Amino acid sequence: MKRFGALLLLPLAVLLSGCDFVVLAPAGDVAAQQRDLLVVSTLLMLLIIVPVMALTVFFAWRYRQANTAAAYTPDWDHSTKLELVIWAAPLLIIICLGALTWLGTHLLDPYRRIDRIEPGQPITQSHKPLRVEVVALDWKWLFIYPDYGIASVNELAAPVNQPIDFRITSSTVMNSFYIPALAGQIYAMPAMETKLHAVINRPGTYTGFSANYSGAGFSGMHFAFHGLSDQAFGEWVAQAKGAPATLSRESYLQLERPSENEPVRHYASVDPDLFGAILNLCVEPGKMCMNEMMSIDAKGGLGLAGVRNTLPLQYDKLARRGAVFGNDPSYVASICTAEEAAAASRAARDADAKYWPVRDLSPLRGAGLLSPGTGSRRADAGAPAPGLPGFEL
Amino acid sequence: MPETLTKFIFGRLTLESLPLHEPIVVATFIAVALGGLALLGAVTYFRLWGYLWREWFTSVDHKKIGIMYMVLGLVMLLRGFSDAIMMRLQQAIAFNGSEGYLNAHHYDQIFTAHGVIMIFFVAMPFVTGLMNFVVPLQIGARDVSFPFLNNFSFWMTVGGAVLVMASLFVGEFARTGWLAYPPLSGIGYSPDVGVDYYIWALQVAGVGTTLSGINLICTIIKMRAPGMTMMRMPVFTWTSLCTNVLIVASFPVLTAVLTLLALDRYVGTNFFTNDFGGNPMMYVNLIWIWGHPEVYILILPLFGVFSEVTSTFSGKRLFGYTSMVYATVVITILSYLVWLHHFFTMGSGASVNSFFGITTMIISIPTGAKMFNWLFTMYRGRIRFELPMMWTVAFMLTFVVGGMTGVLLAVPPADFVLHNSLFLIAHFHNVIIGGVLFGLFAGIAYWWPKAFGFKLDPFWGKVSFWCWVVGFWFAFMPLYILGLMGVTRRVRVFDDPSLQIWFVIAGFGAFLIALGILSFLIQIGVSIMRREQLRDTTGDPWDARTLEWATSSPPPAYNFAFTPVIRDNDAWWDMKKAGYKRPLSGFKPIHMPSNTGTGVVLAVFSVALGFGLIWYMWWLAALSFVCLIATAIGHTFNYHRDFDIPAAEVTQTEEARTTLLAAQGAGA
Repeated sequence: MKRFGALLLLPLAVLLSGCDFVVLAPAGDVAAQQRDLLVVSTLLMLLIIVPVMALTVFFAWRYRQANTAAAYTPDWDHSTKLELVIWAAPLLIIICLGALTWLGTHLLDPYRRIDRIEPGQPITQSHKPLRVEVVALDWKWLFIYPDYGIASVNELAAPVNQPIDFRITSSTVMNSFYIPALAGQIYAMPAMETKLHAVINRPGTYTGFSANYSGAGFSGMHFAFHGLSDQAFGEWVAQAKGAPATLSRESYLQLERPSENEPVRHYASVDPDLFGAILNLCVEPGKMCMNEMMSIDAKGGLGLAGVRNTLPLQYDKLARRGAVFGNDPSYVASICTAEEAAAASRAARDADAKYWPVRDLSPLRGAGLLSPGTGSRRADAGAPAPGLPGFEL
Repeated sequence: MPETLTKFIFGRLTLESLPLHEPIVVATFIAVALGGLALLGAVTYFRLWGYLWREWFTSVDHKKIGIMYMVLGLVMLLRGFSDAIMMRLQQAIAFNGSEGYLNAHHYDQIFTAHGVIMIFFVAMPFVTGLMNFVVPLQIGARDVSFPFLNNFSFWMTVGGAVLVMASLFVGEFARTGWLAYPPLSGIGYSPDVGVDYYIWALQVAGVGTTLSGINLICTIIKMRAPGMTMMRMPVFTWTSLCTNVLIVASFPVLTAVLTLLALDRYVGTNFFTNDFGGNPMMYVNLIWIWGHPEVYILILPLFGVFSEVTSTFSGKRLFGYTSMVYATVVITILSYLVWLHHFFTMGSGASVNSFFGITTMIISIPTGAKMFNWLFTMYRGRIRFELPMMWTVAFMLTFVVGGMTGVLLAVPPADFVLHNSLFLIAHFHNVIIGGVLFGLFAGIAYWWPKAFGFKLDPFWGKVSFWCWVVGFWFAFMPLYILGLMGVTRRVRVFDDPSLQIWFVIAGFGAFLIALGILSFLIQIGVSIMRREQLRDTTGDPWDARTLEWATSSPPPAYNFAFTPVIRDNDAWWDMKKAGYKRPLSGFKPIHMPSNTGTGVVLAVFSVALGFGLIWYMWWLAALSFVCLIATAIGHTFNYHRDFDIPAAEVTQTEEARTTLLAAQGAGA
């Protein structure tokens, strides 16, 4: 009987062996740590799930009506000891899982810079992160490399074992930026910036896509992610630099229009302020940037003048804007030039802490943990204490 | 006719709005129209209109309204499941450069409609119907607190369903996913009528759901039989109470957030736009503050069903009644503290994510305690494996897996790799099918004899059971696997041919489930034909424990000739043990509410109002709004609200039952 059971499982095993379980066997260290947490949590829960399932089957069989040999206590409905066990057992599992969650969530916070390339190889001063600005468009991905002044559509490349800092936004609707082999996903949202820090450890070509439905062309919204050796990455950059096209604000406005299944495209140069303008919804000439608007509002706003400071909208991304009973579609006119706005935006970006911790936090523990962007108070406090007590928010 | 006049009358509805160029939709329409005409013809031929109107549509009897809710749920299940089959087929064939048979325009509507229909118009009516039918009987009441409101709530739910169904043939449905996240659902990116259908269908149905929640809370709080303290209420009544508290506390949030979205779309406000100070994340937070309690609204009553069924069919008191009640209350409260786990990946900080992850895990503690309580109810019982008990055991084995993957998704770093993947899809179908659907089938099989006076045919019930259970595992295990392979949801065409086999297996599972649904329908048909063999004259076919089994099957309009007095939480079991004798004389006239057609009329005007708003037919919207208010005010002048069932009639009904019971006693 057992042999037959194994035979039944055989086709399943064959099926499974032919599959690429990218989530369970990723090529990036962050995704690998996320996988570890997933596996540990599952095992922890199986501690209680398996006995429950076994007991269900056993009780159902043992106390079936036909089995009159089994005990029958129709009025037995309470046992304090048993109650204690059935509340305590799940509680204990959840306490373990909760601790694991708290630590894991902080250690694997996508906003936090990674502190190791792979187990046993902490980040050092020599690891300069590769910065990539990601824009989800309808329905393709734009990747800008500010360090190299190049950009590409639907193709992302990065050298192996080099930290990558993603800054992510979207031009129109919500998407989710996800390369399963590299790291977990994070939403790409218009007028908002999200961040992701990751590293790819094995060379190869992986799939990336949008993991949040974004409209008609959503299914085709995927891209190739190349993990390359330093040399190959250099060649890739050189190839991009040799591309005929350049990405200015004007050509971006063309690119931004909805299109599906776009081929890979490279841009030899990029307007350095483009990402800031996309993020602040002011690529169109004469439109006030969101950061400008917020800073004016933070200082008390323009009063009534601000209400009138709008111009009719000339450009429509899709079929129509403006509600049936609403005002005519309009936008807030900029009161400074595009260059001034860009300079302010750059200044704000450069004000970001350049702090780069040099600590190995693997394996999972919370010692010496910093919440992202809070300076170096903790790092100066000497060597991190081992184990839980040193944990700090 | 001049263009302005056409535009005034029809708004943005034109001939192009009718999907005449879509062969699939036209064929569906023809099939539905022919079926509908046949049904209407049959009703007319057998002269049933008067009967249906007097005895059902205008009825304020909670039992009939409960049954009508179940019929609505069943009809909509067929629609929602057709959507599921279409998706499965598309995903099974759209490989190797094939576009499948659905374009994005259709496919995106189908998955949106599937989600909306299954949650709002299948699961909700089923659950509400069950509560409506059972709760007043379980607490020894003659009806709900507000019988007319109950009828009105039902017809508003139907109104919402009508609008969703209309979108299939007039215009289109939303292409946004079932929660319609802006900015995609804003006027800028969804300028068509789809999202407006979504908004107004849910607003109309939402009124019904909220009012029905208020009604059932009042009923449970105020109308329990003497002696039934809170801690003597049956567990199903307890879970219903918690569910309705959740409804009343969460549905207004849905109404508010959809109103804000409607304002964005109609009058150009900027609550959820990208610019002008709008923030789409606000919508996502608000909709999930409703959306997470919603899943507990669906599952809690079924936890109640499993408690009743386990205890009855194990022939044993429910183990740990008190802890069961507290577990339910704890789940109710905690369900408001977890909504953010639906969007860990939206960039909240690690501490916020951890908080919501851990609160989510904490919910699994009371849920686990419930699972153990059912387990220890079976322990040292005498388990009869009738259909309801089979569904319960299948639930226990299936639901724990769904619970486990749910807790897994509550670990934020794990969620980062599984969010929006097919793993997530498999998880929530695992808990909704394995929990809600299995529970509904258990509940239907359990209470069917109470509602109709005969049991359901066990053979076809078992066929349906096995098709559902096996079909479920075939349909959703591949989705767990695909999720681990990094496949995301709502994708229409695939590049990687190695994935195809899994979608084919899932499609096979969906086919088995189709057979399960078919067997369920056959089961109902066969049971009706064999009703004389399956007849239950006792009113207590399962040797059950709670009060609804004390009265006849089906119960008389007044439920109980005399309001029973309760001494124990297994009230009927206690009465049977104590040698309870039915009172045979001294019947008094019974005061009952009168039927009214106002609920139907109000719902018709609400649908017209919604339709006018969707298509920008402002005259229709204004007119139906005025009629709606006028009818509501007019109804307050209706003084024919109640009547007395004469004592003679009560005596006659009760004597008939006495004869029946005596005949049975003699036969046995």
